[in-house]
Formats: sequence, structure tokens, C-alpha cells
Amino acid sequence: MNTLKLLKAPFNMENPITVQVLGICSALAVTVQMKPAMVMALSVTVVTAFSNLIISLLRNTIPSRIRIIVQLVVIAALVIIVDQILKAYVYDVSQKLSVFVGLIITNCILMGRLEAFAMAQKPWPSLIDGIGNGIGYGLILVLVSFFRELLGSGSIFGHKVIPQLFYNAGYMDNGLMILPPMALITIGTIIWIQRSKNRDLIEK
Amino acid sequence: MDILFNLFVRSIFIDNMIFAYFLGMCSFLAVSKTVKTSVGLGIAVIFVLIITAPLNWFVDTYLLKAGALTWLDKSFADVDLSYLSFIIFIAVIAAMVQLVEMIVEKVSPPLYNALGIFLPLIAVNCAILGVALFVQEREYTSIAEVTVYSFGSGVGWFLAIVSFAAIREKIKYSNVPAPLRGLGIAFILTGLMAIAFMSFMGIKI
Amino acid sequence: MFSNRYIFIYSVVMVVIVAIALTVVAVLLKPKQEYNQRVEKMQNILVSVHVESTTKNAEELFKKYITESLVVNAKGDVIDGINAFDVEMHIENKKKSEDRNLPIFICSAENGQKYYIVPVRGKGLWGPIWGYISFKEDLNTIAGTQFGHKSETPGLGAEINTPGFQNQFIDKTIMNDNGEFVSVMVVKGGAPDSDKHGVDAISGGTITSKALEAMVRDCVKEYTVYFSKIRK
Repeated sequence: MNTLKLLKAPFNMENPITVQVLGICSALAVTVQMKPAMVMALSVTVVTAFSNLIISLLRNTIPSRIRIIVQLVVIAALVIIVDQILKAYVYDVSQKLSVFVGLIITNCILMGRLEAFAMAQKPWPSLIDGIGNGIGYGLILVLVSFFRELLGSGSIFGHKVIPQLFYNAGYMDNGLMILPPMALITIGTIIWIQRSKNRDLIEK
Repeated sequence: MDILFNLFVRSIFIDNMIFAYFLGMCSFLAVSKTVKTSVGLGIAVIFVLIITAPLNWFVDTYLLKAGALTWLDKSFADVDLSYLSFIIFIAVIAAMVQLVEMIVEKVSPPLYNALGIFLPLIAVNCAILGVALFVQEREYTSIAEVTVYSFGSGVGWFLAIVSFAAIREKIKYSNVPAPLRGLGIAFILTGLMAIAFMSFMGIKI
Repeated sequence: MFSNRYIFIYSVVMVVIVAIALTVVAVLLKPKQEYNQRVEKMQNILVSVHVESTTKNAEELFKKYITESLVVNAKGDVIDGINAFDVEMHIENKKKSEDRNLPIFICSAENGQKYYIVPVRGKGLWGPIWGYISFKEDLNTIAGTQFGHKSETPGLGAEINTPGFQNQFIDKTIMNDNGEFVSVMVVKGGAPDSDKHGVDAISGGTITSKALEAMVRDCVKEYTVYFSKIRK
């Protein structure tokens, strides 16, 4: 029960993007299409889960003076491994993600969760917290990319879903959705909807 | 010269770190509450960028790239250490930030008072690592290009955060729908500013 | 709480472990990554002769169509002992013109035609651009092109790798009527249909278009000596 709670909290009430304001940096640029967004979400989840686990295992041995460096090294090492695996197994997607895989390193979610959670908790809850936050983050990415790909290119996962009939009737893809500003506005809208549903989250 | 000037203008307005790539959004949203602090952070980012980006370019060109070690010995032509680039770049950035902090503290206490609190924040600012990685990916060939690009990106970031802070200071007096208050409106504002910046896209020099 | 000695040993051990782990991963995955790059290269070469391929059948199709490959130099002599496929243009471009190895791939199409494919590579607005150009047997008329880029602006310069732009090059010629090399120009505002050496520039992507023109001219020029030898 407790584990489940820990896992699910970041999906909504403690969502890393819309509530904790962490890790917006690196990944919004990959939300033009769903496939790269999914791969990015998965990569971030893997890195948050394992960095949380590793740091939690080491938490009593890490000298506090160099703890930031230790955390950075662990994160950077994990990101490199993920990057190498992506290049080896999903080459086309890794080309699209370009520098943004590397930028997972400076994704604030990682340092944020390590500092706030893994440094003080046992390995198992830390792992769950990492997975939860990774998925909570991924949810937003996938949601944003879903709208951008659907409205911007009329497709989902690269498959056309809007029937030709619509185009014949005068429907057009909204080119603006593909451009960067709409990622921000989409997230703003998601926050709006989420906070209208959960009044406790409203800022004063 | 033309190319450099072009690069400079483009990196400020068109390929703006925040509006086109969302890099450095965390500190952008967290520190942009007043114009004064954002000016401080913006200058610190420019400062760190023009030091770390050329340095990382040197490290990449002479140590990490495939065949980069040939200046040591011909037999190293096949060595490719580029898989280490992420970890080395972030280490260089963290170390340089620390070094800059120490030097600034010794040399110019007033400057340290102005920038000091921001410097540690910058080590994990995505814009810094982002510029280093873009430089690597775009295969810039001369130090001049790298310096101009990193300076331009820094100025672009500065411009973005300062103008954003100015708008935020005003928005305090507006009647924003309750669920949008704070973070929500910040995102939408950034989006609108990004659209405004897109009007620079047609610029040709 | 922890002594300096402990901190020092701790960091050394950490660095060693991380270095070993990363090296093992990099070495293990390297063959697979290189294979991916080779497949991509094959696919790009095949696009320039209008053969669609997937990552799965690229190798097979490449073997079927690209029957011959050779390396020449700027004097037009064939150089033995180098595999054309392994020649990397970004390394060759740094050498002096006379030292460059210039790869040529020869495609035997199903209609009995022979196509000569040459790689091109240059600098775009933001980063490298590259591509393959296939010539018909007269070594003058372009049969097809494929262009790629690393980081040109989406919607503007990035349009160079769309079929709309690439197919414009079909049937353009690189020699004028006097047999002089003129390459193919990218014309801002649109080239008239009658222009045998011009294609339309990308609107809004002028710098990338001009860079592409320079790339095609500079790279194809190196081959002109060899081409004129064969034509005879």
C-alpha cells in the first residue's frame, strides 16, 4: 500500500513538472513527436530510478563535502550508458534526440530527488520514488507530445490518424503546434486544468 | 566576420536558449521574480558560458574526439573517447564554476556579493551544458566561432530572463484566473514571448 | 565526520569504477553502433538512386544495386587498396585537394542503366551538411540526390532533406554546352524551368541553400578530371 502510494504520488499531486517545477529544461524540445518523447520519458525514468537507488545505497558512505560531485558523477555515468544503448538499439530516435539525452544530466529532477529523497531514505523506497517521478515526468511529456503531434502533423506515433476526408473538407494541420512556443503553452494549459481540478495546488 | 556576426545575432534572437530549446528553464522560472536578481543571474550565466564553452571545445577537440589525440602520437589516431564527453563536460563546468567563484571572491568582493549566490546554481543550469553539447554537435571549427556562439547564447539568455522578470513584476497586479496563478501563467507567458521572438526568424544579414 | 584521506580514497575509487563501467559499455556497444551508422550510410546512398530501403533490407539491397565502388584522386587516377565505403568525407575534406581520396559508388539499376554516385559534404548554417549525388552514364546529368544535415533550422534550412527539394536536381546538368564545369546553382526566388543548371532555393533558408550550392560545387569539382577521363 505504502509503496503504491509512493509510486503514484508524483503522477498527479506531486508531479515533478506541474507541481514541483523540476526538470522542464531538457526535454520539452523533444515533444514534437510521440516516439522521441516516449524514448526520452523512458530514459529519464531509468536514470532517476537507478541514480536514486545507487545514491541511497551509498548514502551513509558519501562525505557530505563532495556529495554534489558524487551525485553528478553517478548521474552522468548513467546517462552515458543510456545514450550508448540508445545509439546501439534505436539509432533513428537517438539522432532525433541529439543533445537532449546528454542534457538529462542537468535535469533538475535528478538532483532534486537525490537531495530531497534518496540521501535520507532506504534503497527500496528510493527506487520506487525514482520510478514514480520518472513516470510522472514522462506522463507530461507524452501528453504534451500527443497534442503537438496530433494537432501539428495529424498523426500519432507517425501514423496518420486524421482521415483524408477532413483534409478534403478544408481541415489543415496547425503548423504552429510544431514550433517551440506551443510546448510551453500546452504545459500552461495542462497546469490550468490540473489545478482547476485540485484546488489545493493553487498558488496564492 | 560576416559569419561571426550572423552567428551572434542568430544565437541571441533566433536560436534563443530559452525560447527555442527550453534550456535553463528551472532557474529561469525560479529566479525571475524580480528584475534585479534576474540581471545578476543573467550576467553570471554569460560569464560562465564564455569561460566554459571554449574550454569544453578545447577538451573535446584535443582530448575526446575520434583521432583527437594524434597531436600526442600518430598511433592514437584510432582512439575515440567521445563517449566520455558528457561526464567530462559536466566536470569541467562544475570545476570552473567553483574556480570562478573562488577567484571572484578574492579579486572583487563587490562582484562576488552581486553574483556569488548565483554561481553554484549555474553548475546545474542546462543552458551551460547545452551550449557545450551544441558546440560539439554542430562541429564548430574555430575558437572564434565557439566564443561568439557562447557569448551570443548567454546574451540571449540574459535578455530572456530580464524581460520575463519585468513582465512578471507587472503581472502581479493583474487578475489572473486562480488555477493559472504562478506557474501556469509563467509558462503561457514564456510561450507568448517565444512567439514574439519567432518574428526575428526572417532576419537575414 | 570523514577525514580528508577518506574523501580522497573515496573519489579515486569512484572515478576508477565509473571509468571501467563506462569503457566496458562503450566497447561492448561499439560494433552495434557502427553497424547502425553503416546501414544509415547505405540507405542514404540508395536514396540517391531512388531505391527505398528499410534498416532491415538496406544491406541486402545495397549489395544488389551497388555493384562496384572505387576510390580516385583529383588527378583522376584510381587508387587501389582503399575501400570506398570506409572513406569518411569529413576527414578527406580537411586534407589538401591533391591528397584527398574520392570515393565513387557505381549502381547497376534494374533497367540496365549505370549510375555513378559521389558523396558530398560541407558546412551548412549551423553545422555539417552532406549528401550523395548520382549521375547518369553521361556523367553530366544528375539522376538523383540525397541531402542530410545535423542541425539546420526546422522548417527552413532543414527542408534540404525533403524529396521536394532533392527531386529538383533530377535531370539538371553540371556541364555547360562548351563542356565546362558549372555545377548546379541554387537560385533565390526560383529558377526558370529552362535553366539546366539551376534549382529553386528554399524560401527562408537562403544561407543553407547557398552553403549547399557551395558544397555541391566544391565536392563535385574534384571528380571532374576523372569524369572527363571516363567520358573519353
